[in-house]
Amino acid sequence: MKRSIVTIDGNEATASVAHRINEVIAIYPITPSSAMGEFADEWSAKHKKNIWGTTPLVIEMQSEGGAAGTVHGALQTGALTTTFTASQGLLLMIPNMYKIAGELTSAVFHVAARAIAAHGLSIFGDHQDVMAVRQTGWALLSAGSVQEAHDFALISQAATLKARVPFLHFFDGFRTSHEVTKIEQLTDEDLRSMLDPELIAAHRARGLTPERPVLRGTAQNPDVYFQMREAVNPFYAAVPAIVQEAMDKFAKLVGRQYHLFDYVGHPEAERVVILMGSGGETAEETVNYLAAKGEKVGALRVRLYRPFSIEHFIAALPKSVKSIVVLDRTKEPGASGEPLYMDIVNALVEGRRSEVKVIGGRYGLSSKEFTPAMVKATLDELKKKEPKNHFTVGITDDVSHTSLDVDASFSIESDETVRCVFFGLGSDGTVGANKNSIKIIGEETSNFAQGYFYYDSKKSGTVTVSHLRFGPKPIHAAYLIEQNQANFVACHQFTFLERVDMLKYAKEGAVFLLNSPYNKDEIWDNLQSEVQTDIIAKKLKFYVINGYDVAEQTGMGGRMNTIMQTAFFAISGVLPREQAIEEIKHSIEKTYGKRGEAVVKKNFEAVDATIANLYEVDVPALVTSKVARRLAVPKEAPAFVQQVVAPIVDFKGDAVPVSAFPIDGTFPTATTQWEKRNLALDIPVWEPDLCIQCGKCVFVCPHAVIRHKVYEEKALEGAPAEFKHMPSKFKEFSQGFAYTVQVAPEDCTGCTLCVEACPAKDKTQVGRKAINMAPQPALRESEAKNWDFFMSIPDLDRKLINPSTIKNSQLLRPLFEFSGACAGCGETPYVKLVSQLFGDRTIVANATGCSSIYGGNLPTTPWAVDANGRGPAWSNSLFEDNAEFGLGMRLTLDKQNEYARELLKALTAEIGQTLVDGLLNADQSTETGIAEQRERVAALKEKLAANKDVRARDLISVADSLVKKSVWIMGGDGWAYDIGYGGLDHVLASGRNVNVLVLDTEVYSNTGGQASKSTPMAAVAKFAMSGKSLPKKDLGLIAMAYGYVYVARVAMGYNDQQTLRAIIEAESYDGPSLVIAYSHCIAHGYDLARGLDQQKLAVQSGAWPVYRYDPRLAAEGKNPLTIEAKEPTVSLQQYAYNETRYKMLTLSDEGRAEELMKKAQEGIKGRWDLYQQMASMHYGNGEKKE
Amino acid sequence: MLDLSTTYLGLNLKNPLVASASPMSKKVERAQRLEEAGVAAIVMYSLFEEQIIHESLELDHFLTRGHNSAEAMTYLPDSGTYALGPKKYIENLTALKKAVQIPVIGSLNGVSKGGWIEYARHIQDGGADALELNLYYIPTDSSLSAVDIESAQVDLVAAVKASISIPLSVKLSPFYTSLPHFASRLADAGADGLVLFNRFYQPDFDLEALDVIANLDLSTSADLRLPLRWVSILNGQVKADLALTSGIHTAQDALKAMMSGAKVAMMASNLLHNGERAVPLMLNEMGWWMETHEYESIRQMQGSMSRKSVAEPAAFERANYMKALNSWRELP
Repeated sequence: MKRSIVTIDGNEATASVAHRINEVIAIYPITPSSAMGEFADEWSAKHKKNIWGTTPLVIEMQSEGGAAGTVHGALQTGALTTTFTASQGLLLMIPNMYKIAGELTSAVFHVAARAIAAHGLSIFGDHQDVMAVRQTGWALLSAGSVQEAHDFALISQAATLKARVPFLHFFDGFRTSHEVTKIEQLTDEDLRSMLDPELIAAHRARGLTPERPVLRGTAQNPDVYFQMREAVNPFYAAVPAIVQEAMDKFAKLVGRQYHLFDYVGHPEAERVVILMGSGGETAEETVNYLAAKGEKVGALRVRLYRPFSIEHFIAALPKSVKSIVVLDRTKEPGASGEPLYMDIVNALVEGRRSEVKVIGGRYGLSSKEFTPAMVKATLDELKKKEPKNHFTVGITDDVSHTSLDVDASFSIESDETVRCVFFGLGSDGTVGANKNSIKIIGEETSNFAQGYFYYDSKKSGTVTVSHLRFGPKPIHAAYLIEQNQANFVACHQFTFLERVDMLKYAKEGAVFLLNSPYNKDEIWDNLQSEVQTDIIAKKLKFYVINGYDVAEQTGMGGRMNTIMQTAFFAISGVLPREQAIEEIKHSIEKTYGKRGEAVVKKNFEAVDATIANLYEVDVPALVTSKVARRLAVPKEAPAFVQQVVAPIVDFKGDAVPVSAFPIDGTFPTATTQWEKRNLALDIPVWEPDLCIQCGKCVFVCPHAVIRHKVYEEKALEGAPAEFKHMPSKFKEFSQGFAYTVQVAPEDCTGCTLCVEACPAKDKTQVGRKAINMAPQPALRESEAKNWDFFMSIPDLDRKLINPSTIKNSQLLRPLFEFSGACAGCGETPYVKLVSQLFGDRTIVANATGCSSIYGGNLPTTPWAVDANGRGPAWSNSLFEDNAEFGLGMRLTLDKQNEYARELLKALTAEIGQTLVDGLLNADQSTETGIAEQRERVAALKEKLAANKDVRARDLISVADSLVKKSVWIMGGDGWAYDIGYGGLDHVLASGRNVNVLVLDTEVYSNTGGQASKSTPMAAVAKFAMSGKSLPKKDLGLIAMAYGYVYVARVAMGYNDQQTLRAIIEAESYDGPSLVIAYSHCIAHGYDLARGLDQQKLAVQSGAWPVYRYDPRLAAEGKNPLTIEAKEPTVSLQQYAYNETRYKMLTLSDEGRAEELMKKAQEGIKGRWDLYQQMASMHYGNGEKKE
Repeated sequence: MLDLSTTYLGLNLKNPLVASASPMSKKVERAQRLEEAGVAAIVMYSLFEEQIIHESLELDHFLTRGHNSAEAMTYLPDSGTYALGPKKYIENLTALKKAVQIPVIGSLNGVSKGGWIEYARHIQDGGADALELNLYYIPTDSSLSAVDIESAQVDLVAAVKASISIPLSVKLSPFYTSLPHFASRLADAGADGLVLFNRFYQPDFDLEALDVIANLDLSTSADLRLPLRWVSILNGQVKADLALTSGIHTAQDALKAMMSGAKVAMMASNLLHNGERAVPLMLNEMGWWMETHEYESIRQMQGSMSRKSVAEPAAFERANYMKALNSWRELP
């Protein structure tokens, strides 16, 4: 059977083998490995068979720990079993990995290697995770490319069956897992040929069965444990030969020969670089280039890292080698060297090559670029008399001075390879189009092709950069296209030009394609001077297309994919134009055909319209523009923002030296205000003549960009002429007070939720509200001035505000603003509300997920400070431990408070009885009480300032704990219902005063919408492709069972007042509180402008009953449960089928959709009845609740 | 022996009661129950080209939305197989045809000319005994004249007729300047039958929220008057079978429809409200009435009270209004 050539990424390449050679697959989503699980789940959902003709059973678990346990169990009973993971996920598997290895179990885990969260989290690639399991007894096999990941997935399985040692097959996260390239796909026959049926039978035979009962997992004593630990040695000794045997067999079968250590370069090399993973590709290309120029250099690529075969290593190393540089893509602080370096040092000694000089260094952490220039720098270091050991390469370390100098001008890129860089928006389809182009080039021409994609960390307005290479020779460049190297640069969004220096990539004579609202005659006068300079200096061929118009005409909306892809093919000359268009259309049919003819037709029209609207620009000889590119942050931003944040915003973070950064990952808050992203095409405009000052627009705004303020009229002095205001209608602040609703024009994302929420309509024209959308560009300058003026007006004193009404609560300043969350996000309004109500005395423990990304991903943070510099202190520990993490915070506060109180009593004589009594007996149930306590604490500190008594110093250090603090534990349903549930349960049971806010989107939103136990029945999600067949877990009901946990379920779109009340009550309850908040999400598949309407329908249909359960009522003899939803008045269908997550099942499997919908509807009825019974139960004194 | 049979679009029907286009035909079991209850033919729910396009574009939008972060390329799984386009409708049609013996009439509302013709062929190929074109269109553009609209619709009917071989009927709205003239043009263009009238979803206002809301009110017998008048006027003037729909709730309503000249009386609201049991009750009552009044067959009464058959045709015209006013004046 002929092997097909496919253009796929590393995750698909790996999963395509793993799915075909396993029976049970336990999965859990974690970037960058999630796609492997998604593929496996999708293929099994489509009943795709493995090579033995049966569909693998795929199950999603609640965590990687759970997946590992399940894998262990499945292996122990004899199934061929695998899983996919990365980073913290792999760490959670460690306990089981020891067990699986200790029991000599044949198994393979496939890992997209990723950084570990330390001073900060990173989703990007390095070897920190796999290095953390090198001691578990698993064999570690490293693939360096997409083809190798595909091949090694099979070789590792073949080897583990024979060796009985489990294998961890890994490849670099993102660089390999997400690189799209052309590979030869192994056939089922290849797979069968490599896997010995006898060995599979033996694996099954070792499985536990009552037919042949045995016992494993004994507990052992000092007398025997050690001996048995040593009993496995022969198996480890045999692994290298077994792997090489499998590699040789594979070579005979397929033609690609691998070795445990692959040496490349000069046959008589004197200097050699040793490394693993994708860096090996770059090193191989570089040493080949240098060797061809006569340099005696080579590279040794490590494939089998554990067990480490000294014998094979020595055999692979040329005799001529005099010095070695070992590169580790990991960091082991405090070690005498990184792991691979230490292994090589040891191997040279034990292998009797100790004359060879060795140095080691670190590179590429968190997908840091690793280029040929860096490879050369490390080899050049070996030429030095006293080379630097334990160096770093790729960064500027001006603290420990570990970094090597790199000649940035060194490049080995071949002229035969065409290099293209594309700048697009996350939402405009650029990445998808480029993946498609790579497929066309890879599969329809004889070219080799590679695509790699960079994304910034925002969830709205994401900038994506696609790096495409293609040419007649295989491509091994595992690094981004460098400056001055691109033959083609495309800008898919015109506004990027004012903030991104993209022409730095263009080489002389390159093509520059710009999507522009200006035509070929107007464009020059609308370019920044830097852009004009580059176009002239680099002699660029400059093309424009008005893709926005083409998209509008052809119904493509904001998607530029087909248009810009067509333009690329039309002018790049990769294929003859006619053929290229034919291929694009063919691929459109292939990609979109199953979604209906209308989609295909629309895309065809876009292709044709593109060609008709593409023009080359006559480039003038001189730079004429007086407009410069915008600064990354305004000049008035603080020094840290200028020095550290601004370069990151400006895509220049790689150049920031070590000394500029905080040493422990501590960052200042309130920095999003400096990153003006100007995403919205339209922004809200306030109409005072209609406004009823209800504050609903402010309440629902996900980005805190629309605010209202009541202020003394005299504050209007010096207001810009266009600053809008009206007399205040607040009864507490009427006479002499003015009122304004103001929009931050450059921070708004244009989601329109404020307009949807606005209840005030013009009586003569109901389509006009008190808030309406209008184009941003014309308003940008004037509204920015108005915003600055608005912010300069002092906020009302918190002591004067009773926050129990929506309008009043929104007078409190949001201390969570301008986040990078999706436009229209359903989570952030709740987060913002908490920040308004309690932000100046809140500590947030945030589970990993969307909220930790929009809340804490560099460069800027939305958590902000008030005029006094107070605001939420925030931290993210992990995904799985967030409740416990928050509990720890509470315990500190409680302990410090207790200690402070003890010290107050002990130091009464020095402090004075009145102040001590005031501090000890303060009523802090109101803002006034809290403010007074703060004053007392300030007085206490002043009083003790000069006191040298150790107890006085201690008291000063813990005195702040005397002011009431609020601990908020926040996260999504993936955390609360699944991975963090055990901890959450324990924390709720602890009785401690913590507040848990579950931002329930009913899927793992951050990783792309995988099902959680919160996913409702009948909804489709990844890992629940055929619709979830079981109901949503009722987390609130479980928590209510404790009887002493405050529980509320809220949906602000249904009842904002209930939401506000629940959050205030939860915080006021001196015990654990749980608020489960309905959060609409892009993963639900509808226009989020309708999010509030959908929330309403969710409650009206009974899908999301809102209630409050307040244990304080039980203590008063009242029923603690108040159901605030009315008996369902609309059917579940009326709510659900507005959302693609439900509706798509009616299109893919109507019968199942009907069946699940019917069951879900019945479930709603059952739950409603149960809640009603609970709410009418007799409590305490036996009186029925009215 | 009473003869309740009639013909419509060349189809021989055992009686004149036909289930008009409604969600009832989405389920085979429901259609079977209608047949058992005595309905003589079923018009399937409408295939809306606009809806097909919308569903496709919507699905595509939400499946491809994404590619927007390093952690999530998409947010919904793509199963790759969807019953989009006319496929699902045609499958339902074929299943319905297999499940019942009575004629099944397809119903179609298109957008583009190409769409109308293509889907009409699909419906024919799916086994429909006839096709009803649902000319559901609300003109809102003041630059569009009545002539433009009518000509476009006539052309469309001709084009569809030319592309299929099964009988073709056209369901109309009552809002045409000169319905008899337009109806004749449709018949000339190839319409074998006309269905009077389509009931649009009429928008309502929510006075509290100041929102326009869409409510579906089921018809009542009072709604019979409008189609009754126009079937009466068109009967004999137009070379096409007439079907009366809207307001058929009782045996009397159906009998009136027949007397106005309709070949069939179509109903949906009555069936949605009362279920299939309404049908045998109506048929029994029709039979009882005919016996009592010594009618032998439905055909005998068809058109017997149409404009051309009554003594005072003016009763259907403007004079009717004048008379009403006069009769009021004459009151003591």
